[in-house]
Amino acid sequence: MTPALADPVLVGTDLGKRYGAIEALAGVDIALRRGEVTSLCGDNGAGKSTLVKILSGASAPTTGTLRINGEAVRLRSPHHGQQVGIQTVFQDLGLAPHLTVTENVFLGREIPRPGVLGKLGMLDRKAMRAATADAVEQVKINLPGLNHLVESMSGGQRQAVAVSRTIAGQGSVVLLDEPTAALGVQETDRVAALITRLRESGVAVLMISHDLPMVMQLSTRVVILRHGRKVGDIDAAGHTVDDVIGYITGHRVDDHPRQISPEETP
Amino acid sequence: MSTPTAPPAHRVTVPSALSGSRGTRTVSLARQLSLAGVLAAFVIVFTITGHGFFSQQTWNSTTQYASEFLILGVAETFVIISGGIDLSVGSTIGLSGVCGAWVMAHTQSLGTGMCIVVGVLAALAIGLAVGTLNGFLITVGRITPFIATLGTLGIGAGLANVVSGGSPITNVPSQIGTIANQNFGGWFPMLFVVSLVVFAYGGWLLRSTKFGIHVRAAGSSLRAARESGVGYRSVLMRVYILSSLLASVAGILLLGQFVIGSPLTGANDELNAIAAVVIGGASLAGGRGTLLGTFFGAFIISILVTGLIASHVAAFWQVVAVGVVIVLAVFIDQIKDRAGREI
Repeated sequence: MTPALADPVLVGTDLGKRYGAIEALAGVDIALRRGEVTSLCGDNGAGKSTLVKILSGASAPTTGTLRINGEAVRLRSPHHGQQVGIQTVFQDLGLAPHLTVTENVFLGREIPRPGVLGKLGMLDRKAMRAATADAVEQVKINLPGLNHLVESMSGGQRQAVAVSRTIAGQGSVVLLDEPTAALGVQETDRVAALITRLRESGVAVLMISHDLPMVMQLSTRVVILRHGRKVGDIDAAGHTVDDVIGYITGHRVDDHPRQISPEETP
Repeated sequence: MSTPTAPPAHRVTVPSALSGSRGTRTVSLARQLSLAGVLAAFVIVFTITGHGFFSQQTWNSTTQYASEFLILGVAETFVIISGGIDLSVGSTIGLSGVCGAWVMAHTQSLGTGMCIVVGVLAALAIGLAVGTLNGFLITVGRITPFIATLGTLGIGAGLANVVSGGSPITNVPSQIGTIANQNFGGWFPMLFVVSLVVFAYGGWLLRSTKFGIHVRAAGSSLRAARESGVGYRSVLMRVYILSSLLASVAGILLLGQFVIGSPLTGANDELNAIAAVVIGGASLAGGRGTLLGTFFGAFIISILVTGLIASHVAAFWQVVAVGVVIVLAVFIDQIKDRAGREI
């Protein structure tokens, strides 16, 4: 493995979040590496969504720091996260149903025409279409057409549009919040293949999922949260679904949960 | 032959013109065609019932009447697609017309040309001010568009009466009437030409620019727009400014057409403008709507009115007829929606 792949892109140390008296998350360390899929598991209320919100920029941590490629950042919004290379696909996908595929993929970062026309607000639709076609090509899920409105599409196709958006945004980190929660069997398979392709393209992927067989099949690492704390951080290889269930329910505790050592945070 | 290649797992089909009618438009092609059909049916019916309906004179009066609703319709299409509503456009017509007339009446010493220019600028400034106030109340004050613009409707109508003293301002240069009532080639009244320009500009803005995409995104999913970094507050601000500015353009045109600045001009016209947009297939929930639909909507309302006049139907019935068309349009939509869901 090349050093570039081994170095973590996104590192969170001692992340915590308090909502008034409630401690939703405490002391969580996490490192996401290029070419790895990290799955985030845990029961409802374990703090998974809180952690993803912090990593995406949707919510500021009460404690702890985030580093991207070694540099400490304070994310102000998911848009700020996108600008520094963190693309998030929230559970509601964050798509505008009355916009076309291309318009959704480029929403908020439209390409202006060169010259005066661009200054007037005219867009380079050709360039946007070409880049969208490229991104959609990589996703390898059939879409009726780039000019079609997202509202006319199935759940899997919408997921594909959302992921195409992250590819066109050239993120180095992609966060997926329950990417298969609303999908049927066939579409789940397609999204699983999609996640593998994202990993192979050198992106660091983090996904929240309750689908443990899929988690074991796709992940490089599995991070388990319980009551807002990290109770397990294991290699997927060499562990079973039952192991993960043990961590989730608290029957099993990682004696040596992986800490992010100072050497690892460049 | 070469070795068979695996079929591509992924394929982006370029939709043909017809298959594109499904899924690529927020208002279906079928809907827009049926609007054109309704329009054609009205023309046929009124040609039979109305005395001399199919004439150059009727064309001119219909297009002139439709012009105001075309301009207000463009304004309201942007607002409604963005997920809001602007009830103040009618009273902004009155206020900007009265203020333009007042300024013209008080600057005649500058010479006719200058006096008209200053008056027009004053009217546009009123549009800008009302739009900014609406946008501010909605984006910063977080007042729902319905209530915010209901408030500015009242403020505008009241101020129009304050400025004019409750009666029309008549001492304006007669040249504005000459300009506004010009007719190009006998078939293109000035008002209609201006409204077509506004319509073309609006179409370009909505379809081809970043602003247009952001307006549609804000109305379709405010959350998606926000998370994508769309400055939705500035987008909505600009939508309401555009709306009031267009209303003041209509105010200037009507001031020119009648050569008086009346506080009553434009009163209640927001309702016909909103009706044109709704008949055109836009959804008051936002996201959905087209300018072409609004175009048909504005003409259906206008032809209904001029056709009923030509057919010697009492004026009060025209209002009833427009109301019936609005209810029918929405009712047919809902039936189709329900049928679509059951299939």
